[in-house]
Amino acid sequence: MSVRTLTIDGHAVAMATGTTLLAAAREVWVPIPTLCHLEGLSPVAACRLCLVEIEGNGKLQPACLTPVAEGMVVHTDTPRLQDYRRTVIEMLFTEGNHVCAICVANGHCELQDRAVEVGMDHSRLPYRHPDRPVDLSHPHFGLDHNRCILCTRCVRVCDEVEGAHVWDVGWRGEHCRIIAGLNEPWGAVDACTDCGKCVQVCPTGALFDKADTSGEKHTDHGWLGALVRARARGQQTR
Amino acid sequence: MTSLSEAHASPTPSAASPTSVLRVRCCSSAGCLAGGAAELRQGLTTAVARRELQERVAITGVGCLGPCSQGPLLAIDPDGALFAGVTAADADGLIAALAHRLQAVSAAEREAPLAWRPAAGEQVDIGRPFFTRQRRIVLEHCGLIDPERIEAAIERGAYEQLRRAVQECTPAEVVETIRRSGLRGRGGAGYPTGLKWATVAKMPGERKVVVCNADEGDPGAFMDRSVLEGDPHRVLEGMAIAAYAVGAEQGFIYIRAEYKLAIVNLRRAIEQARRRHLLGAGLFGAPFGFTVELRVGAGAYVCGEETALIHSIEGQRGTPRPRPPYPAEAGVWGRPTLINNVETFANVVPILREGAEWFAAIGTEGSKGTKVFCLTGKVCRGGLVEVPMGTSLATIVSEMGEGCPDGAGLKAVQTGGPSGGCVPASLLHTSVDYESLQALGTIMGSGGMVVMDHSTDMVAIAAFFMAFCRDESCGKCVPCRAGTVQLHGLLQKHLAGDATAADLAQLEALCPMVAETSLCGLGQSAPKPVLSTLRYFREEYLARLKPGPTAAATGR
Repeated sequence: MSVRTLTIDGHAVAMATGTTLLAAAREVWVPIPTLCHLEGLSPVAACRLCLVEIEGNGKLQPACLTPVAEGMVVHTDTPRLQDYRRTVIEMLFTEGNHVCAICVANGHCELQDRAVEVGMDHSRLPYRHPDRPVDLSHPHFGLDHNRCILCTRCVRVCDEVEGAHVWDVGWRGEHCRIIAGLNEPWGAVDACTDCGKCVQVCPTGALFDKADTSGEKHTDHGWLGALVRARARGQQTR
Repeated sequence: MTSLSEAHASPTPSAASPTSVLRVRCCSSAGCLAGGAAELRQGLTTAVARRELQERVAITGVGCLGPCSQGPLLAIDPDGALFAGVTAADADGLIAALAHRLQAVSAAEREAPLAWRPAAGEQVDIGRPFFTRQRRIVLEHCGLIDPERIEAAIERGAYEQLRRAVQECTPAEVVETIRRSGLRGRGGAGYPTGLKWATVAKMPGERKVVVCNADEGDPGAFMDRSVLEGDPHRVLEGMAIAAYAVGAEQGFIYIRAEYKLAIVNLRRAIEQARRRHLLGAGLFGAPFGFTVELRVGAGAYVCGEETALIHSIEGQRGTPRPRPPYPAEAGVWGRPTLINNVETFANVVPILREGAEWFAAIGTEGSKGTKVFCLTGKVCRGGLVEVPMGTSLATIVSEMGEGCPDGAGLKAVQTGGPSGGCVPASLLHTSVDYESLQALGTIMGSGGMVVMDHSTDMVAIAAFFMAFCRDESCGKCVPCRAGTVQLHGLLQKHLAGDATAADLAQLEALCPMVAETSLCGLGQSAPKPVLSTLRYFREEYLARLKPGPTAAATGR
């Protein structure tokens, strides 16, 4: 395996060929915000928070997907990127109904954390107050579409890790919704194994355990990376 | 290689057959069909039968005859007289006039203009600039041959270049010919076709795929539909030659479901070609085979984006993915895939037939060949035109299109659909080529050209295209899914007269954000109509502003 040397925000870093800019940035403790990305799931580059500037490349590139290259000079925190990231977070807050005070994930929400990180104290864009339903048909878990940011982590973990493929994205554009089965109530989908992986990977309070109330949803994603790595080594099949 | 007026006048081989002396070519494209062309053709056939003239008058359906806005159209050979606005009620009169012509004894009588006019229509003068300024390469047989009969295409040389390529050229020679011709992708972006072919040809892998992108979706654009309806074998042959050049055996045509006639004509053409062993295994005695399947899109504009198109062919949800890897490397089912637009494939046969140098001599330094445009909107003579690259917008709109009706002056020309922009009347001298249009903040696009007069509200135009992008966003990435909604909201606020200077500043700040952060071309180009109207018609935005907080006061 060969190695590529590059510069990220002035830090020189050597990475194995094929690794991503995101991994390289984390190696040198350069924080790049992410939402749709999760170690152990396939990258989709949909949230656009991890976009970075690469010298000599006219287009912004997603760090979660772009492989390192020799001599690359990467900037992750320019004023332009800071503004774009804040706008992305504002777009996410305004397209749903995110009321932190009454949310199960309050205090442990990745969207909330990103908002703090990018310095979003208010939204410059108007709130859209969409009318979205809540699905409480599953015996253990609930899905509150008001809090969903369509990161598709649940879709991917169910398909790629659990192998049940309960979740999908329905419709398009502003009407996109996460759907269970063929747009059935979650509780009516036989394919669901009740494993709860989707709840665990959800960055917000959209998917939650019914036993939790405000601020009680605590998630830890470390298990996913560990599970995927163990499977890759043939140590664990479940 | 003829201008349309010459093409109209040239008798077709089938018309020269000894039994039928006169041939009536009825436009059977979707536009004229909507105007009653099917009834007209039926009426003509009935009238011919009633007079027992089947041996002397042939009624054939053909592809687009050009001035679509005046349909239904028909042309009469051998002199190629073109009539517009013909209805089924005119059928009997026309056949009577043709019967009279057939009885003519003297040469003078035979060559005299036909003493017949459609009741509500007119004879179109094919000496007008609309016809004479055209140079038909892609459309050379469109409107002349019957797209339902492979024999008609073969009489005009269809599949001859495929045979020659397979039997006499190496794949590398074919790629080199295309490269030297300077052909660039006609889907809008203008990527060098030869380079794309060479990339796919050099990719390792046994199984490669050729895809024809016929998901034409820009408002006001119908070039690809016209080619597929009027000359489907041209596209099939171009794809087969491409497959030979890059080493592919499997082909897909991704066509939108709304193009019902094009789908029917293509299905028939594929079946006809297969039966004649012009498609399939072991073509022309060579160890080369090529099969084509249709994939019918379900009405998503974003599926014209190549990675979304690939997902759709695979049976997945039609959403784009980041590139690289480009389809040339990993396309349909991960195989190296060549994706070209309909018009690009339609250029392949003439390039092989006439040579790369011949093609490269047409057009400008950076943009070779011709481009088919759909002239629509506030224009006297709209329709399908093919002009050499480098023709000025003024020539196309004012001379060929004969300007705006009702004397209302021309205000702007919109090219490139929702991904393009508006060129103001003051810049109409601009030549039509990839670089010149890009410099003006618009794009060549696939070929839609919408003419606007002074009654057009440019803010409303921007809002219309933003509403289009908002509807057509796939929803995968945040800036396009939510950004188009916010932009559309801001534009509607401007339209309603509720916007302040702060809203305008926000509009201007949001446009580059959406353009630079969106995942695919749809979101990246969605702000272009806004940016171009802001650039050239800013006063229309300013005139609507109401007093209110300034940009500085709101922190934007």
